[in-house]
Amino acid sequence: MTRISLTVNGITHEHDVEPRMLLVHYLRDTLGLTGTHVGCDTSQCGACTVVLDGERSVKACTMFAVQAAGAEVLTIEGLAHDGTLHPLQAAFREEHALQCGFCTPGMIMAAYGLLRANPHPSEAEIRAGLEGNLCRCTGYHNIVKAVQRAAQEMEAPSTDQAGREGRVFTPVSVAPVAAD
Amino acid sequence: MYPAPFEYHRPGSVEDAIALLTTYEDDAKLLAGGHSLIPLLKLRFAQPKHLIDVRHIASLSGVREVDGAIVIGATTTHATLERSPLLRQMLPILPEAASQIGDAQVRNMGTIGGSLAHADPSADLPAVMLAVGAEMTAVGPRGARTIRAEEFFVDLLTTALASDEVLTEIRILVPAVGTGGAYEKYPHPASRYALVGVAAVVTLAGDAMQRAQIAVTGIGSTPSRAREVERALAGRPADAETIAAASSHVADGIEVRGDLTGPAEWRGAVAREHAARAITRAVQRARGEWATGARSA
Repeated sequence: MTRISLTVNGITHEHDVEPRMLLVHYLRDTLGLTGTHVGCDTSQCGACTVVLDGERSVKACTMFAVQAAGAEVLTIEGLAHDGTLHPLQAAFREEHALQCGFCTPGMIMAAYGLLRANPHPSEAEIRAGLEGNLCRCTGYHNIVKAVQRAAQEMEAPSTDQAGREGRVFTPVSVAPVAAD
Repeated sequence: MYPAPFEYHRPGSVEDAIALLTTYEDDAKLLAGGHSLIPLLKLRFAQPKHLIDVRHIASLSGVREVDGAIVIGATTTHATLERSPLLRQMLPILPEAASQIGDAQVRNMGTIGGSLAHADPSADLPAVMLAVGAEMTAVGPRGARTIRAEEFFVDLLTTALASDEVLTEIRILVPAVGTGGAYEKYPHPASRYALVGVAAVVTLAGDAMQRAQIAVTGIGSTPSRAREVERALAGRPADAETIAAASSHVADGIEVRGDLTGPAEWRGAVAREHAARAITRAVQRARGEWATGARSA
């Protein structure tokens, strides 16, 4: 067992874990944060996406909990504040960007990471940025609309914690879209 | 899908990592972003008893220019390569290739050193390293040594690194004036690995191709330079006819793999087309038509 300490949704946790325990299982089974889903378990579907150290989206099925020791992890449960939905959550509801909801937490956390890196993405950049997240029922159209709506909302002055912290990076558009 | 049990180590320096490698020898594996290794561990294709996590060694990360060379730390993520202003200015082929690896989450964790040391035959960056003539620095108990990209990729999942060595950085000379580079990829629709990837770097002297370095990934057991293509380009005019004729040699000397995604003949044809596209765009960049900076490759 290895002793780890990490912050999840602003709360610091300390546990003895087996080094081979995946971060997603630590979140779900040890902390009871079952909003982070296990979909494919092979780093393809993105249902397990969480945000590491405030800005980068990662797949929690392809990371050991011990690797996250010392890090800040944000899960879907950490987005709403005092009963107010995060703009991304509200936009997913408004735009009907979900049906069964299984992919939704990962989709929202991936979109969160995308908007941190690129607060004003084009539709094409949203589609490319969510390439690592699969939805098997709604289709992606309303998801893209929701992210566009959230980007606008988050740009407006807001009392929301996550919206206020928005950090600006140079938008990424170096490569022509690969043939596929 | 749990890996076999292992002990986890997080050394604070390269020296400490080497000491751990020396102690545990073949029972140890280095872990960086983990996006090649962890899937293998989950399938139990690899069962190391010790994982040595080098992701937190600060000196191993970052992109900088030193004495006419671009130096990239081994644990620099693909996302960092993709966004690096220095690389986008000096060596746009590299951010271009990095931006096509996996997906955003994978690029946020996956590292250049991890990709190179893993040496997947369908990985993107090995082909780029061959085309730009990169040199790898490996540090072990006997000190540091330099390994040229051409000698680095030995075979399927096999590199020239010794089991007690750490790949610490990648050095690429700043390209000469008149040099352009491009990477063209046909990704697997699910895994995003390259079914075919071609990296091309050409240097023009007037209208002629003074020098061309072409490398291909995805089609054989290891990424390799396409020497026959290079020979067919060198000294010739940089026109469509020359490029088409040269590109037809891209799979020469390679035993092209065929699999569920398509037979070998198809892969060879896709490789020829992608070679032509990569060389064409490299020439455009060399002429400044595609360049973001005067010295860009």
